[in-house]
Amino acid sequence: MARNWEEFLVEKVLLLAAISSIIIILLIIGFVIQQGIPAMEQVGPLNFIFGMDWSPSYGLYGVFPMIVGSLGMTALALLFAVPLSIFGAIFLAEVAPKNMRKILKPTIQTLAGIPSVIYGFFGLIVLVPFMRIHFGGSGFSMLTASIILTVMVLPTILSISEDALRSIPLEYKEASLALGATHWQTIKNVIFPAALPGIVTGIILGMGRAIGETMAVIMVAGNTPIIPGSILEPARALTSNIALEMGYALGLHYNALFATGIVLLMMIIVLLVITNYINYKRKVTVGGGYL
Amino acid sequence: MISMPRIISPHHAQKIMNVVLWGVGFLAIVILIIIIGYILYNGLPQFSLEFIFGNPVGSGESGGIWPMIVSTFYVTFIALIVATPLGVLAAIWLAEYAGESNLVKAIRFAAETLASIPSIVFGLFGLTFFVVFLQMGFSVLSGGLTLALMAIPTILRTAEVSIEAVPQSYKEGSLALGASKWQTIYRVVIPAAIPGITTGIILGMARAIEETAAILYTVGAALAIPMSIWDPARPLPLHLYILATEGVSLPNAYGTAAVLVLIILIITISTNYLVEKYTKKMMGR
Repeated sequence: MARNWEEFLVEKVLLLAAISSIIIILLIIGFVIQQGIPAMEQVGPLNFIFGMDWSPSYGLYGVFPMIVGSLGMTALALLFAVPLSIFGAIFLAEVAPKNMRKILKPTIQTLAGIPSVIYGFFGLIVLVPFMRIHFGGSGFSMLTASIILTVMVLPTILSISEDALRSIPLEYKEASLALGATHWQTIKNVIFPAALPGIVTGIILGMGRAIGETMAVIMVAGNTPIIPGSILEPARALTSNIALEMGYALGLHYNALFATGIVLLMMIIVLLVITNYINYKRKVTVGGGYL
Repeated sequence: MISMPRIISPHHAQKIMNVVLWGVGFLAIVILIIIIGYILYNGLPQFSLEFIFGNPVGSGESGGIWPMIVSTFYVTFIALIVATPLGVLAAIWLAEYAGESNLVKAIRFAAETLASIPSIVFGLFGLTFFVVFLQMGFSVLSGGLTLALMAIPTILRTAEVSIEAVPQSYKEGSLALGASKWQTIYRVVIPAAIPGITTGIILGMARAIEETAAILYTVGAALAIPMSIWDPARPLPLHLYILATEGVSLPNAYGTAAVLVLIILIITISTNYLVEKYTKKMMGR
């Protein structure tokens, strides 16, 4: 009897711990929305999201320049990071000899573990002066931020892509090679297409990381709340907008920063829903006998 | 590359791609060496007993970083004592008790969302919930609890994978001997999964140590050693951010950065060691 009670109790305690994730996520979304709603109401949701001017001292709260800043930096970073990561993943999964893998794997892991404030510091001290000398301007720009972001999202996209490439059944590869295809033809025409859904998931997760990055971006992007005329001009990300101004924000300004957080949350949740959909479809295809 | 006409023979394409792939591999290594090398080359010469164990002078223009090291230790400790039980217990439930219900799907989606929420949004939540709503103020406690929320998904995911990797035969052996489900988990499954669970805890710890945005508006920025969990503090990454962006002191910024890099290197090496040991154990050696 006592045994059964113990079993029952243990299971309920474990269940409670598991449910805590749901409670936490609801609390986070609830509190951020509750603090952000007053600003959305007062400014108007459309004026807030599509407003071109951010000037709290004049009561102007439009985050569109920051949305453009965040998405612009992210797009540029992905432009650099996606080919690099995919080639890197192919190298690790298909080409690299064992010794090289033993060096490269921990390298990628360490790159993923370096604190974002270190990336920002390195960018501020090394990359910003470099950009100033070679591209003119102040050196603080959308391009500078996206170069730092490239290095930061590379490990995410690379390791997920590598897993995807490795999970392709060996028969695929053998069949292609047996037909006389070269190794590269096999990779290009057989392995890569089969691994594509996994690689896309990696890219979306990398995108999420780039959109959510705060410290590294704040230290190198210049942070002007205006839509940049070119990639060499400074820009401000949504994350930076919150981090820069929360220290002294009061009243409506304070609420407007939480509303900026709502915009960020919405972007991340959209990305999550997309990755879940891709994973779901992939499972369906595998289970449906196509793979 | 995808639709390359036959100007280049497959044989040549193979050679060109080999060069490109090796080049990307080396590029990753070169980037890491440059970043870590640059920080350590400039930071290590700042190290001295005074720098590590001294108090900062002024707002950090000179002097040491001991209060920041202590602050980092405190907030990380609070984050781990909260996140470890929640993460590990949730992992046990997901791996051993959960089926395929809608509740399980909801829990997984919640954990995934928790893992991808931008750190500054955690900071916003920490500010409005811990600092203001629960009236904990800018303190070690507010910062530590905010970091705990960020560490939970990391610990949960790693622990779940390692519990699931425990061979079915272990469990069957124990159940066949008449042990109950919880006895089997407690005596057989968890001990077998311990290296993986430990790896998860260390990764969660790394996340707490390196995080800046989430503590920016929860932990305060005091320069003194916090005397209790209700005191404000200034962990290392926050100190580095302030030193670098407010132009307080470049040498001290280098030194602080080097301390952070060394901590992360130690963590990466020790997790690799654990994972290797774990893999060997699971393969029955």
